[in-house]
Amino acid sequence: MANEVRMVSVSGILGYGFPEASLVAAMKAKPHMIGVDGGSSDPGPHYLGSGKTLVPTFVMKRDLRLLLREAIGAGIPMMIGTAGGAGGEPHLQATAALVREIAKEDGLRFKMALIHSEQDKASLKQALAEGRIHPLGTAAPLDEATIDRAERIVGMMGPEPHREALAAGAQVILAGRGTDPSPWVALATHHGIAEAPAWFAGKLLECACNAAIPKKHDCLVVTVRDDCVEAEPANPELRCTPLSIGVQMLHENSSPITLKEPGGTLDTSGCVMEVLTDRRVRVSGMKWIPAPHSIKLEAVEKVGYSAFTFAGTRDPGLIGQLDSFIAGVEAASHTKIAALGIAKDAYRIVFRLYGKDGVMGEWEPAKDRVSHEIGILAEVVGQSQEIANAAIGLVRVTLLHSDFPGRLCREGNMAFPFSPSDIERGAIYQFTMQHVVQTRSPTAMFPIEYEDVEA
Amino acid sequence: MPRIKDIAKACKSKNAGPFELTLDIMFNDLDTFEKVRATGVICPALVARLYGVKESEVLFTEYPPALAFKATIPRRIPSGAVGDTDVYGAQQHALLLDVELPI
Repeated sequence: MANEVRMVSVSGILGYGFPEASLVAAMKAKPHMIGVDGGSSDPGPHYLGSGKTLVPTFVMKRDLRLLLREAIGAGIPMMIGTAGGAGGEPHLQATAALVREIAKEDGLRFKMALIHSEQDKASLKQALAEGRIHPLGTAAPLDEATIDRAERIVGMMGPEPHREALAAGAQVILAGRGTDPSPWVALATHHGIAEAPAWFAGKLLECACNAAIPKKHDCLVVTVRDDCVEAEPANPELRCTPLSIGVQMLHENSSPITLKEPGGTLDTSGCVMEVLTDRRVRVSGMKWIPAPHSIKLEAVEKVGYSAFTFAGTRDPGLIGQLDSFIAGVEAASHTKIAALGIAKDAYRIVFRLYGKDGVMGEWEPAKDRVSHEIGILAEVVGQSQEIANAAIGLVRVTLLHSDFPGRLCREGNMAFPFSPSDIERGAIYQFTMQHVVQTRSPTAMFPIEYEDVEA
Repeated sequence: MPRIKDIAKACKSKNAGPFELTLDIMFNDLDTFEKVRATGVICPALVARLYGVKESEVLFTEYPPALAFKATIPRRIPSGAVGDTDVYGAQQHALLLDVELPI
């Protein structure tokens, strides 16, 4: 009989939840592993910058407990990629602490591997000097200053570090930042499955039942052989169809046909889908085109400290001259802020005008249409929180009390929903690097630590 | 003449990493997809014009398995950077909705 590997993904992200009954049903397929993706860059740069987990640990714990109970009970690996949301060291450690806590509470014993993905600046500068860091797309070449300014840098691992941990006998594998399919690709290739179907399976599993209809946070079971991949949701209320598989291939990537990964490209142009049952689809014909290993970098730098205020206006006189009113408020605010001795280059004021172009900004074509009420989100990004707080207070007062031609609402221009009206946002970050590192080995940038977790 | 919003099953936007935005337009059945494809209206030039990017910056894919057209473009501002209005990129699809399809 042909080699066959069955794998489960329980949800889109660890902590997004899934029905317990679905995991129990998935275990009946006798999977070779269960896993879940732990994160994404999608929620923005805050998590990689601050070190905070995307999902509160209290929420992750529920999903983790069920995963550990089933995996340890069945004697199979439990694997998590991009642990804690951003896959940096604090995210990995927060997830590992939860695993140890659950093991203690539930009396579980296993060998755990922690795969680190944070990159140290000295090594990256050396790689840069050796000409091994290249820009992607339209990005400029990387420079040392960008490396120096970074708050945290992670490399996106492929499946190889996971495979090394599997070969070493780890049963629970927690990894830092990786390409989403990597845990499943590692498990399948560890059992001898060819790379093309392994990658396709991983791509389906990374978001679990995003590959099913109706789309829910629920468990997906994928069976992979050397020549095909079969997908079926664990929950009988959900179905995989050729269309739902196609939708997942479109999800959060730049192309559904050419999927660039750390050690090559998954080419789906020759894929054929077969409907096996009304809930199960078989896909074959995928190709894997190997390429030299390159590791994508993800990095953020601190851009300052933010404070904002939100208010609405319902005054037609003001709304009729919104742009000139806002320009006037901005100019008057700068004057007042300068009087505090704060330099103009120590802060920025940003207005978002909801009801005008607050969602699309400069992309908004309906420039002359405005709503009968406008929401104004005024933000200050300053070099320090003190500057941001001081400046936003003055912007708020200026929004509220500035005069304008024909003004009737002489007690105040704005409706503020909250007291206090100014909200500190703390340090804020931005993504910086769009670069890959050519590596000698796909595991070299990702050291692995092993640990015997005892109850 | 029907507009995309009248006959599409889905018309959506989302980040494809922190620096790119991907737009997907999907149809209900192969017949509609093929008729829309035959018009040639949904193309890189359309996306470039609507979003003010260069045509060479539009990565465009017709994807019959999902009865879909996909276009990936640079984000206006990287996700979550100062001045960004849409961290997930989930509400940048609206410019496509009123595009007329002569089918």
